[in-house]
This record gives sequence, structure tokens and C-alpha cells, in this order.
Amino acid sequence: MGLSPLPIDANTTHESISPNWVTTRLDFLANWGRSNSLWPMPFGTACCAIEFMATAASRFDIARFGMERMSFSPRQADVLICAGRLPFKLAPVIRRIWDQMPQPKWAISMGACASSGGIFDNYAMVQGIDTIIPVDVYVPGCPPRPEGLLYGIMLLQKKIMGETMADPSLRVEHLVGPDGLFRRPELIDEISEPFGNSVHQTRSA
Amino acid sequence: MSDTVAALRAKFGADILRAHVVCGQTVVYVSNAKAHAILAWLQQDPDQLFNYLTDITCVEYRDAERELEVVYQLRSLDRKADLRVKIPLDPDGALEVRSVFDLWYGADWLEREAWDMFGVKFRGHPDLRRILMWEGYSEGFPLRKSFPLRGHWSRAEQTRQALEANPEAYYSLEELSISEAYRELPLDVRERLAKAGKVLP
Repeated sequence: MGLSPLPIDANTTHESISPNWVTTRLDFLANWGRSNSLWPMPFGTACCAIEFMATAASRFDIARFGMERMSFSPRQADVLICAGRLPFKLAPVIRRIWDQMPQPKWAISMGACASSGGIFDNYAMVQGIDTIIPVDVYVPGCPPRPEGLLYGIMLLQKKIMGETMADPSLRVEHLVGPDGLFRRPELIDEISEPFGNSVHQTRSA
Repeated sequence: MSDTVAALRAKFGADILRAHVVCGQTVVYVSNAKAHAILAWLQQDPDQLFNYLTDITCVEYRDAERELEVVYQLRSLDRKADLRVKIPLDPDGALEVRSVFDLWYGADWLEREAWDMFGVKFRGHPDLRRILMWEGYSEGFPLRKSFPLRGHWSRAEQTRQALEANPEAYYSLEELSISEAYRELPLDVRERLAKAGKVLP
């Protein structure tokens, strides 16, 4: 079921393993099951985690989407929800958790700080967790309301419904490279550049 | 101005540099050389009894001519009185004061934090290492005015060094255990642990 990359040689192209009727039906079944039983690994570091708890509680009730089982062990989790800012000190921790999660897995970056560093454009903060791990859905907000997170989760479910086992790139592990980085250094510098209000923080920079 | 200042001036003379009252809070500036003796006296003198160390921190001002200050916030639980003691230091010189860990055990992490953020060395501290930033953080001391807001290095380099760090090498379960604190537990707690068969060797 696509748990490992499909064996493809140099001559195989995406078209040559085009899906037929059986695989598309199988895709639908697998994706339907996966998208409706996502087990979140809550990585709550800040105020977003409070909203995340509200999402899990009775009023908003994330269990309506098959997620009543919070997985506090990465080994039984499907979706990593980074709720809150991520300091550099926690970067190796979230990377380790992501590496420990088995495929298939997805990541939601919840809130402005997790997605971009937010107001914390300083020495201690990762400027977006996508410089550390691959992210599927970004939820804006500071913090996002539970409806916002639920909408992000529904978007992720929609994304999962569009997956196909014929896509060989889908379950590839994106590891930290030999240079010790997950993305190219130029790209990290580029997406970490000041924007919005933080361009005015030039006095000591 | 509280009576403490007069008593301090009578006892230590020129080592009490100056004193004033801000928002009802008495602030005393003391010389670095005699600071430990003064703090010990404030703690132990029966008329002062500042037996509770609320906080240790530092202040560096934007004005280049102003000194960097190490701040001790003291409280006397018995007399319900507060006192702020400051040690002025030359920000360009050696930032070194004597640790007050031997007076208040609670100074342990407070001094580590002041070291981590300002680079003030506390002479005689048993375990002076970083507490907020991770072990091996090499960009300097973030709350100094000379420290750029975004750090010295590029984001890519910062990310690389952060991913390279191995938290388990420094923050082990052994460090978090309370086995070393067993002998300092109150007697009744030790008795209860002994009853449960949890006596440590």
C-alpha cells in the first residue's frame, strides 16, 4: 500500500505505471480509511496548544473526524501537529519525533509562529518549521481558532483523498542531508528573511 | 529610605556606593569586592534577616557610559521587608562576581540564567553552565546590547547547528532524577519512602 517507494528503474516514468481501475479503487479505499482515522501527535509548545486542546475537547470535538485518539508516542502517530513556536533548542527534538513516525505521515503547522516564526524574528526561534520537517498544511492565525485548525485538518483529509499509490514520490523519507540541513542553506536564508513588522526591527541587527 | 541603608553605611562605609528609593523600593549599590560579605551580613544579621532571595538578574543599559548591573532582589520573610542590591560592573571589563550559592541554594539556577544571558561569571558556583540556551550554543550572550537581535550567524547556519545538537547527551534522565536529593529530603518523607521500601543506597 505504498509504504515504501515503488521499485522503479530509470526507464519507468510516472505515465508507465498509470493507475487502472483496480488501483484507483484501492487508492480510494486506503485514502478513505487513512483520512478518517488520523492519529495526531500533538507537539504543543505555546498558546496554539491551548486552542488545540479546545479543538480536542467536547465543544469542537476533533473526534468527529476520527481523531479522538491523541498519540503521545510518535510511533503510533499519523499526523504531527506543531502547535506553537519552535525554538532552535527544540529543532532536534521535533526532527527526531518526525523521523520516528512511521509512514504514511503528514504534518500540520499550526499558527503563525510554527509557519513563519511569527512575531519572534529573533536569535532563538526557527523561522518556520518547514526548514526542519516537510509540512503539508499551514494553518494561519495567532493562535488559530479551533474552527481554523479543523478546517486545516479537513484540507489535509482532502489532500490525502487525492493521493495515489502510483505516485512514487509519495512515501519517500526526506531526511537531514550530509550537510546537516533538511533544506538548501540559501532557501533557509531566503524564507527566514524579515517580513511584515519585523523589517522594522533593525536597530540591533 | 529604609533603616537598612543607614546600618549598611555604618558597617561597610565606602563599599556602599550609593542608595536611592524607586517606587517605594530601596536600591543599594555596593562594590563588587565586598558584595558577598554585604549580602552575607544582610542575610544573617538579626536586625536584617533577608533570608529569602527572590531573584538574581542583570541589567545592561543602552547608554554606553552606564554600568552593567547585577541585581539581587532580597526579601525578609520575618520582617516583611524588601531590598534591592546592585553590583555595578564595567560592561567592557571582566564580568565576574562571587557566587551567593553558599548563602542561598536557590541562587543556583538564577546565576546560571544570568551567566547564560549576560555572560556574568559567578565565581564559586558549583555548576555554572547554560540553562536556557542549549549546551554548546556558541553565538554569545543574547541579552547583551552588543548581541544582534537575530544572532550573529545566518539562519541556515543556526538551523544546522541546532539540528546537530544532541539533547540527550546533556539532558539525561539521570540528571532529572531526585536520587541525589534524597539525603536533603525532610525526615517524614524519608520515613515514608523507607516504609515503601524505596530507600536509596
